[in-house]
Amino acid sequence: MSLVNLIAQGVLLGGYYALIACGLSLMFGVMRIVNLAHGDLAVLAAFLVLTISTTFDVSPFLALVVTVLIMAAVGWALQRFILERSLRSGLLVPLLATFGLSIALENMLFEAFGADTRSLGDLIGDLVFDSVEVTSAFSLSYLAMLIFGLAVALLGALSLFLKRTSLGRAIRATAEDPDTAELVGINARAVYGVAAAISVATVAVAGAMLAMRATFDPYSGPMQLIFAFEAIVIGGIGSLWGTLVGGVVLGLAQSVGATLNPKWFLLAGHLTFFAVLAGRLARDWGRARGGLRAALGF
Amino acid sequence: MTVLPKFAVERWTRASAVSGGVAVAVVAALAVLPLIGGDNLVDKLTTLFVYVILAAMWNALAGYAGLVSVGQQAFFGVGAYFAIRCSVAGVPPYPALIAGALIATAVAVPLSYFMLLLRGGEFSIGMWVLAEAIHLLVNLDPLIQGETGTSMIALNAYAHETRLAANYWLALAGMVGLLGAIFVLLRSPFGASVQAIRDDEEAAASIGVSVQRAKRTMFVLAAFGCALAGVLWLATSVTFQPKTNFGVQWTAYMILMALVGGLGTFEGPILGAVLFFLVQDQFAETGVAYMAGLGTVAILFALFAPRGIWGEIEKRWNLRLLPVGYFLRPTGPPKPDRRSK
Repeated sequence: MSLVNLIAQGVLLGGYYALIACGLSLMFGVMRIVNLAHGDLAVLAAFLVLTISTTFDVSPFLALVVTVLIMAAVGWALQRFILERSLRSGLLVPLLATFGLSIALENMLFEAFGADTRSLGDLIGDLVFDSVEVTSAFSLSYLAMLIFGLAVALLGALSLFLKRTSLGRAIRATAEDPDTAELVGINARAVYGVAAAISVATVAVAGAMLAMRATFDPYSGPMQLIFAFEAIVIGGIGSLWGTLVGGVVLGLAQSVGATLNPKWFLLAGHLTFFAVLAGRLARDWGRARGGLRAALGF
Repeated sequence: MTVLPKFAVERWTRASAVSGGVAVAVVAALAVLPLIGGDNLVDKLTTLFVYVILAAMWNALAGYAGLVSVGQQAFFGVGAYFAIRCSVAGVPPYPALIAGALIATAVAVPLSYFMLLLRGGEFSIGMWVLAEAIHLLVNLDPLIQGETGTSMIALNAYAHETRLAANYWLALAGMVGLLGAIFVLLRSPFGASVQAIRDDEEAAASIGVSVQRAKRTMFVLAAFGCALAGVLWLATSVTFQPKTNFGVQWTAYMILMALVGGLGTFEGPILGAVLFFLVQDQFAETGVAYMAGLGTVAILFALFAPRGIWGEIEKRWNLRLLPVGYFLRPTGPPKPDRRSK
């Protein structure tokens, strides 16, 4: 039973990783930008939820609704004032700009909120520890299930939106080729703005969930970025449902690693990431024979 | 019929010949400084040399090979780790430091084959994950005691002044050697191919540049430089704390120095390192606000002056003090070029 428990916990943890990854995946898919401030935006959202919730004495979930709107605006502004300028100047500039943003955000949050670790745990009442007890050794936390459900719902909504709506089609067309999309009357600039807003809005949800299920501090961001990135790469870049699979694989690897030795929690995740990467490269090698040989400079 | 103007291809201008001479004189003066200068100055300059190495290495990666690594702290940290391991195994301190940097470089060779298959942003975060993984692996070593860390006790065998001077000379030699290596490398045909890759990888490959080999060379060179900086840092601080030595702030500093000074120029990172050193000296106590300011400066430079201070100077005055490129000097239309036979 403990094995079932282990797998269940790993899968549910993976739900959080999928949640934090889907915004990063969307932004990379549409704009080809790896946003290095992704994790810090999640932490910013967590602080916003905490501040709104305690200042106005409202439920964190209500505060999250407001935060999602604020973060969507932040995403739009991020695109308009930082990413747009850097988009056409190659790979280097967006990476440098978002890395600068990451450093600036972390330290501004520290300046504003101090070094204390925070949590939304004490604001959500029983939800933080309530669980369905299947057997004495196997129980499922409501919060973890909620997070997993949110991840599935968000990924589902996002893929329906991209497939079925005209705005979704415009986003996909722009992702494919912005110049050609403009030829058929799509305003690429507006589309990028919308994609960035959606991406950062999903980050807000992920940030709030991070804050409910665990603790966070101003410097928690980079680790969330790394988790998100690992989930995307494990699942296969460019696939939204792959992100869920990647998140689950990452969650499982960490759970199994931590069971063997508590110190291996993170390491098991990183090594799984590299193993998957190596496996994929080996597969490409097999498929493309001469191609990869040439690429390696032989 | 139009007569094409004749050009002479030059590598050195008068300004660069003068500055080359000045550079040699400055290095010579720096080399004898510990014999006359105060301990404090020697110590501070050692830090400056480490910054110059870091900035030049990140510039070699990003400015010339187009590889934006956010994980150079991997080599900075692991070099120091191997140095401590060597020291514990009985190697005398200074040989142990150099061995640490060399072992880290040896580790970088197989890693380069793997990591360089990642592209663009994937390479950036992939390097970060690599740094995290190496950090955690080092933590598993009982000698390091997790995040508690350890010290390179053998260094305490030397008198304080002796150690300061030795660190200084090692840092100076490392800095001059690495800058010299980059200078020679970039002026060779290899330098042209690396810059071609940065500008357009596919186009470079199509004209016969061996893209992966050129990138690997830069990757391994940068790994060695960062590892050397890491062991120098260990030599000055003596303590090794994984969280500090593997901290991403090292890469943040590198990016900032190279970006502000001027990515893709030889002189830029040196200028950036000197500026950063002066700012660090003045404002480091203000801590967090200072770091937030650094981040903001990085954003502003990335967006509005991606060529950095030296890049702007070059553009405005066409000034190159230590040129790694070529100049075309018009020599007047009809006269035959001196160099053509």
